[in-house]
Amino acid sequence: MFYQDCANDENTPVHPVSAPDYMPVEQLRALQLHRLQGLVKQVYANVPLTRKRMDERGVKPEHIKTLKDIALLPFSIKNDLRDEYPFGLFASPMNDIVRFHCSSGTTGKPIVIGNTKNDIILWQQACMRALAMCGVRSSDVLQVAYGYGLFTGGLGLHYGGEGIGCAVLPISGGNTDRQLMMMQDMGVTVMACTPSYFLHLIDEAHKRGIDIRKDTKLKHGIFGAEPWTEEMRTKIQDATGIIAHDIYGLTEICGPGVANDCQYHNGLHIFEDHFYPEIINPDTLEPLPDGEAGELVFTTLTRTGTPMLRYRTRDISRINPKQCECGRTIRTFERVSARSDDMLIIRGVNVFPSQIEAGLLKSDKVLPHYMINITRDGDLDKLEVQVEVTKETLSDEIKALEHLRAEIAHSIQRIINISATITLVEPNTLPRSEGKLNRVKDMR
Amino acid sequence: MKIQQISLFLENKPGHLNAICRTLANNEINIVTLSLADTQQFGIVRLIVEEWEKARDVLEKAGHVVNLREVVAATVANTPGGMAEILDTIGKAGVNIEYMYAFTYRHESKAVLIFRFDDPDKAIEALTAAGRDVLDAPTLFAK
Repeated sequence: MFYQDCANDENTPVHPVSAPDYMPVEQLRALQLHRLQGLVKQVYANVPLTRKRMDERGVKPEHIKTLKDIALLPFSIKNDLRDEYPFGLFASPMNDIVRFHCSSGTTGKPIVIGNTKNDIILWQQACMRALAMCGVRSSDVLQVAYGYGLFTGGLGLHYGGEGIGCAVLPISGGNTDRQLMMMQDMGVTVMACTPSYFLHLIDEAHKRGIDIRKDTKLKHGIFGAEPWTEEMRTKIQDATGIIAHDIYGLTEICGPGVANDCQYHNGLHIFEDHFYPEIINPDTLEPLPDGEAGELVFTTLTRTGTPMLRYRTRDISRINPKQCECGRTIRTFERVSARSDDMLIIRGVNVFPSQIEAGLLKSDKVLPHYMINITRDGDLDKLEVQVEVTKETLSDEIKALEHLRAEIAHSIQRIINISATITLVEPNTLPRSEGKLNRVKDMR
Repeated sequence: MKIQQISLFLENKPGHLNAICRTLANNEINIVTLSLADTQQFGIVRLIVEEWEKARDVLEKAGHVVNLREVVAATVANTPGGMAEILDTIGKAGVNIEYMYAFTYRHESKAVLIFRFDDPDKAIEALTAAGRDVLDAPTLFAK
């Protein structure tokens, strides 16, 4: 399905596809409730696991009378998808499923999501709204360097870009030389990939004497699929002159296009007419009011293949109680810089990898290729951060490199209150990401 | 009068220095002299080669990060007190030596030292004024 509209060009301040972003709040809540009621009926009728859980709580679909009644419903978690692998949570017959996507589990079986034709269309619209929010228009050339295939990143942004009317370059991940050549030759204006892969491209461009500012037409980056920080946004923007946007999504909810940040970067706007957000206390599972930090939970109001009721994302965030100055009525949540799954307990202290990254980036000269290693020496946890030496940081003097180590260690310790050993390593020796990069090795 | 020195970062791991030497060997670049500075964790190898531009290019192509510095090559008499004399001259000029190392061959029966100064121009001026040999690249690499 392609979006045809005469006003779909760079002069349109509000792209036509963005209209639902500005829906009056009352109307939005009414729509959400209506969709929620329909969803619960469908799931109750078709998914045995959810029906069993609702029956155990004595909850019937007709008990959902207001949006607050969502709290009556059971949660779903990633393990449900593993336990019911492959099709146990499907709410539509295979006849209606048109595409699978999978998320690679780090251990054991992957999780499988089925999409109906309608799911694919609505997902495309969500991705179109995300791109439109970034200022992407039909005149843009979009390079999609997310992986294509079972991973949702590539195909999600691809159909979003085509829907907007961009010229899409479906290059997928990897092959840096070709990425850089095509970026220049095709006049690419928008790059979609993981933030760590983009950093890798910046490095490689630099090595080849390519100046992204002068030698390419790049003006926007759509970065997601892994948590990143404000510091990294600043780094990327300063190094390339592009505007870096944060796109959020997860396979279980559809993929990219669940939320995205607008030009004010006040957090990420949730396309909440499709993905109903809640924040809960991860320990008591009680819903929290807007403004309070907790675990982000989504209900897929309009999905029919593998709909999710109150899916616990493990992402820690808060919903901003204030409306964004861009005028959108759909709410925003704070950039996810922590996943409760990613939380490390080092010497009894809770540490998020993103905090270490923030510390690393504060010591100015370092480009962020790094790895976090945690080991145990007797009873003591040891935190090591490996940092690649770069052309900017390399010196011919030992004392300059020792100074750099001390500076980084200090900067990290100031944030996490734990001392870290900084190990400088040779350039191009740490793993690079072409999809999601795991920067943490916990060897305890 | 200054000589280009190439330095590279090295992890203290078996085979890492050899990888650099192998890259140079494969490109027929001769190492005239080198020095290794090391800490427990990492080291810096500093190299003097005649074709420094080629060496830099092949090393960078092999994925190393290369740092370039200008150093000064000076001769000293190969007799007791030779080193002390040159250090006197440098000390009097108020120039600081960041590090130094010696050549593996001699120039006209004299020893050759490589200096990294905080102020190389001032050092060259002082050494020349004191009648010391400061070698330029053609002289240094003359066979």
